[in-house]
Amino acid sequence: MSGIEALLREVRLLDALASRSTWLSRLDPRATILVTVAFIAIVVSFQRYAIAALLPLAIFPVVLARLGDVPLHRVGIKVLMAMPFALMIGLFNPLFDPVPRMELLRQPIAGGWLSFISILVRVALTVGSAVVLVASMGIYRFCAGLDQLGVPTVLTTQLLFLHRYTLVLAGELGRMNLARELRSGLANAVPLAVYGSLLGHLLLRTLERAQRIHRAMLSRGFEGHMPIREAQRWRSIDTVFLVLCLSGFIVVRTTDLATLLGQLMLDVAS
Amino acid sequence: MSHHLVEARDLYYVYPDGQAALRGVSFLIHHGESVAIIGSNGAGKSTLLLHLNGVLRPTSGQVRIGDFPITSENLADIRRTVGMIFQDPDDQLFMPTVFDDVAFGLGQLGLAAVDIEARVVHALETVGASHLRQRPPYRLSGGEKRAVAIAGVLAMLPSILVMDEPSSGLDPAARRRVITLLAGFDHTKIIATHDLDMVLDLCSRVLVMNEGVIKADGTPAEIFAEADLLQRCNLEPPLSYQRR
Repeated sequence: MSGIEALLREVRLLDALASRSTWLSRLDPRATILVTVAFIAIVVSFQRYAIAALLPLAIFPVVLARLGDVPLHRVGIKVLMAMPFALMIGLFNPLFDPVPRMELLRQPIAGGWLSFISILVRVALTVGSAVVLVASMGIYRFCAGLDQLGVPTVLTTQLLFLHRYTLVLAGELGRMNLARELRSGLANAVPLAVYGSLLGHLLLRTLERAQRIHRAMLSRGFEGHMPIREAQRWRSIDTVFLVLCLSGFIVVRTTDLATLLGQLMLDVAS
Repeated sequence: MSHHLVEARDLYYVYPDGQAALRGVSFLIHHGESVAIIGSNGAGKSTLLLHLNGVLRPTSGQVRIGDFPITSENLADIRRTVGMIFQDPDDQLFMPTVFDDVAFGLGQLGLAAVDIEARVVHALETVGASHLRQRPPYRLSGGEKRAVAIAGVLAMLPSILVMDEPSSGLDPAARRRVITLLAGFDHTKIIATHDLDMVLDLCSRVLVMNEGVIKADGTPAEIFAEADLLQRCNLEPPLSYQRR
């Protein structure tokens, strides 16, 4: 199945991106995680109709992607994949909140539309920064960072397993569907009855495979937690990165940079 | 566990679905022996191997490693002593890089980073895979995956190596490399396999399994000369015997 293979390629590509040495990957993962969490908190903290005030924050994921050498179009694809969920969340806002809140080209704009667009912008910013975070350090270092930050081991281990078993599941589904396609002539659609059987088999095969992997882990002494190869030391550059980013976020949160910039341009023009 | 004996005493194992996989298996393997377990598909070979390091516990009977039966208390020691190499290396390789994967078991032992590094480097050198240390395991060829899976087990410094089909799915050159590698180990080796020519190269003793019981126990020459026994157990003599 081309779709599943594409998904597998995508996940492995992110892993491959994360294995390179970049400016961002040389930072302590805790610094990048803390900064990204702070960024997400700042994005969420704006009032519900904020749009223009959020836009300067877009600089952060772009700069982060640049420092981590993560291709922006890959981040864009991931953000687009998350957009249907955002659309579902904000779809009914224009209906529930029809009171006009501003005018654009002398047309009144309902508050619902503003909050709807604000949700889309927030999702793009938060998902974008989260994708850059994981793509720049990989799931393993990400979990190691969380572990060092004191997140319970049971959660970080679950996260690693989720990553590992998603690949196992996708691989199994890909092979099963290829076998189905090769015996289905030119028919691409999967009949409903076949879907049931396919998914049932997928569950059983994945459980069996997962059990084999677990046995292999037990055989090498697995006792419930994944080892962290090297606990990275916090350096002064990590502190500088953290302080700079947090200061930037506070500036954007406390001053309406977009309006200031607009005003400045109008003043210059007049 | 000074003497690395492996002993099975009247092992029975019934899977939760009611299928009886082992029906009274007994044997004693001495230190340094290289033993093949052969049998048709479903004969119970893999189930038996999973009992040797306590991944499966017998419905009745006992497995003893050294002087001790496998119990919950000594399971960690047993798994350090008995290294298990699985049939599909993809089941065994789950960390982001080859280095991390070989280091996995050592991390579980709580070793210091410097000791882990030294042991991983040595294990990778032993299997000739030092150049792969930063590669992600899914990018390796079948032979490379097998070598790395073996390195992951060797890094734990086991005394007994238990292997499930170590030569399956390999091209002839990779198969030969694995055989040469295994021949160089002093460990007690227990190998479940359909590759009877590999048995001739590596093993001094053969256990023949059929329907959950051991049908015969002898040297490769004795076992492979018994055409009737092999036929009853859905086996054939090695290809090198058939050419003679």
